Amino acid sequence: MTRIDTKFADLKSQGRKAFVAYIMAGDPDIETSLAVMRGLPDAGVDIIELGVPFTDPMADGPTIQLAGQRALDGGQTLEKTLQMVRDFRAGNDTTPIVLMGYYNPIYSRGVDRFLTDAREAGVDGLIVVDLPPEEDSELCLPAQEAGLNFIRLATPTTDAGRLPKVLTNTSGFVYYVSITGITGAAAAQAADVGPEVARIKAATDLPVIVGFGISTPDTAQEIASVADGCVVGSAIVKQIADGKPLDEVLAYVKTLSDGAHRG
Amino acid sequence: MPDDLMNSYMTGPDDQGRFGIYGGRFVSETLMPLILSLEAEYERAKTDPSFWAEMDDLWKHYVGRPSPLYFAERLTEYCGGAKIYLKRDELNHTGAHKINNVLGQILLARRMGKTRIIAETGAGQHGVATATVCARFGLKCVVYMGAHDVERQAPNVFRMRLLGAEVVPVRSGRGTLKDAMNDALRDWVTNVRDTFYCIGTVAGPHPYPAMVRDFQSIIGKETREQIMEREGRLPDTLVAAIGGGSNAMGLFYPFLDDKDVAIIGVEAGGHGVDDRMEHCASLTGGRPGVLHGNRTYLLQDEDGQILEGHSISAGLDYPGIGPEHAWLKDVGRAEYVNITDDEALAAFQVCCAQEGIIPALEPSHALAHVLKIAPKLPADHLLVMNMCGRGDKDIFTVAKHLGFEMGA
Repeated sequence: MTRIDTKFADLKSQGRKAFVAYIMAGDPDIETSLAVMRGLPDAGVDIIELGVPFTDPMADGPTIQLAGQRALDGGQTLEKTLQMVRDFRAGNDTTPIVLMGYYNPIYSRGVDRFLTDAREAGVDGLIVVDLPPEEDSELCLPAQEAGLNFIRLATPTTDAGRLPKVLTNTSGFVYYVSITGITGAAAAQAADVGPEVARIKAATDLPVIVGFGISTPDTAQEIASVADGCVVGSAIVKQIADGKPLDEVLAYVKTLSDGAHRG
Repeated sequence: MPDDLMNSYMTGPDDQGRFGIYGGRFVSETLMPLILSLEAEYERAKTDPSFWAEMDDLWKHYVGRPSPLYFAERLTEYCGGAKIYLKRDELNHTGAHKINNVLGQILLARRMGKTRIIAETGAGQHGVATATVCARFGLKCVVYMGAHDVERQAPNVFRMRLLGAEVVPVRSGRGTLKDAMNDALRDWVTNVRDTFYCIGTVAGPHPYPAMVRDFQSIIGKETREQIMEREGRLPDTLVAAIGGGSNAMGLFYPFLDDKDVAIIGVEAGGHGVDDRMEHCASLTGGRPGVLHGNRTYLLQDEDGQILEGHSISAGLDYPGIGPEHAWLKDVGRAEYVNITDDEALAAFQVCCAQEGIIPALEPSHALAHVLKIAPKLPADHLLVMNMCGRGDKDIFTVAKHLGFEMGA
C-alpha cells in the first residue's frame, strides 16, 4: 500500500471525492513552491502532483511551459525537486506525492538510481507523459517493483480495444485526460467526461481521476461528480505566475478543493 | 539464410520501432492510437503496387526525378584527389530532397482520410515542400517555424504563404526547430482526429524514422544505378550532411550492406565542438536521451535538460538526430564527423566558383568535409556527395557573414 492507496481507501470510506493539485517544483524558486506545497493539505488538497520541470514539455500549454522555464532559469534540478519532497515529508507523512513530468530527466539520472532516491525521499507515484504502455519496460515495471505507483493516462483516443493495455500495469489511480489537447486549454465538459469515466471504471477497480481543462470551482464540482476526483494545474500555476501572495494562492486552492469535494 | 543476410544492417527497426536501443515510441497516450494506425497504413501501402505507382509518377513528373549524378570535374581538379560526384537533389522541385518524403506522407494522409496537414520546419525547406504538396492536393497546411528561423529564412516564409500555408512563428522555448517540433506535437495532440503530422526528418516516434528513410531511399537507389552506369562499380565513399539526417539516411540506406562502401555523415560543428556547446553535433557532443518520441543522441546538460545548439544553417540546428544514425554510429557502420560554420561558408564559395552551383548551407557542410578528404585520396577513388539542397534561400545569411551589403 502506498500513501495513494491509503488515501483513496480513506476517501472511499468517507464518501468523498479526491482533489488533486498540481504545482511546478521550483517555480519561481524553491522557497516559494515549497511554501505553497506545505500549505496545500490544509487547503483541502488530497494528493499533490509535483511537476518536474523539463525544457521540452510537449503535452503542456503555455502556463505550465512558462512555469517550467521559470523553475529551470532559477536553477531547479531533479535533485532539488527530490530535496523538496524530503523537506515536505519532514512535516507531513500522509499526503501522497506524485511526480509528474517527462522521461528524459529521469533517464538521464538513471532509472534505478532515480527510483531508489524517489522512494527514499517520500514520493508515492509517477506520471510520465511520454511513456505509453508500449514502453513499459523503461520505467513503469521497475517503478512498480520499487514500490511506487505508476499512474497511466487514459485519453479520449484510448478506444475499447486499447483500454486493457493502458490499464494493465497501472496502479494508484487512472488519470483520465478530459480533452484531446494540452494542459490549460479547452474546458472539460462533464457530459462528455461522465460516460468515458464510466467506461474506464467498468474495466478497472482503480479510482479514476480527471484532469486537463478544469479551472473553476464549478467545473471541479461537475467533473468530480462524474468521477472519483479531479486535478487542477494550470489555474493554480497561473496564480503563482501572477505573483499572488501565499495566503491568496492557498485561499484560491481552497475554493477549488471545496468545489471538488461538493462533487 | 546466408550469413551475409543474417548480418544485414538493413533489417531495422524491430517491431518495437527500435534500432538497437534507439528509436521507440515515446509519445503521450493521446497520440499512441494514431501512431499505431499510421504504422498499419504504412505497412499496407509499402506492399501496395498502386501506392508506389502513384509515388513514381509524382516523383518523375512533379519532382523531376531521377536527379542527375553529376561528375564534378572542376571540383575534382581543385582537390586533386578522389573523383567527386554530386547527387543533384537540389534540382528537385522546391530545391531540396525534402519533397521526396513529403509526397509519400501526403499520399498516406489521403489514404487515412486526414484533411489537415501540419509540419515543423527549420530552414523552411520541409515547410515549403509540405506547403507545395498540400497545394497540389488541395489540403489545408499549417507550418510551425521557430520565430528565430522565420527571421533568418524570410524568403521561404513568403514561399509557404504564397503556396497557401499558414506559417505559425513559434516563440516558446528559444524559438528554433526543436520548439517548432514541440508546438507541432501540441497541435497534433489537440487536433488528433483530422490532422496528419508530416515530419520532415528520420526522427520522431516509430514508424516515422523508418518511413521517412524509405521515402528518401530513392536517393541512394538512383545513385547505385547511376554510378554503375557511369563507372561500372559502386562508389568507395558516400558523404552527406546531417541535421536530423534524412538526406543522409536516404543516400546511405541502400549501401549499408555493401561493406566496401565507406559512409560518412557530417554534423554541424557550429563554432566548434567543445564544452561551450555552440554546435549541433549530437553524435559527437551529445549522449543518449529521449526527446520527440525517440531515444537518440541528444545535446543535453547533466540533468537531462535539452540544450539549444548553434549552426549557421537553420536546417541543421537541432539538438537530436535520427535514431538509425545513432545506431549506425554505435555499431561502427558509419563514421560521423563535424564541420564548423566557417568551413561550411568557405566550401559554399568554392562550390559557386568551381562548379557554378550555389549549394545550400546544409550540403556545404558535407562539401567542406569532401574538400578535406578528397585531396588525400587516389584518383580512382569514387566519392559521392549528396547535394541535398540549393542555396538560394541562404544568400542573405551568407551575404551577412561575408560583410556584403544586400540593400533593401
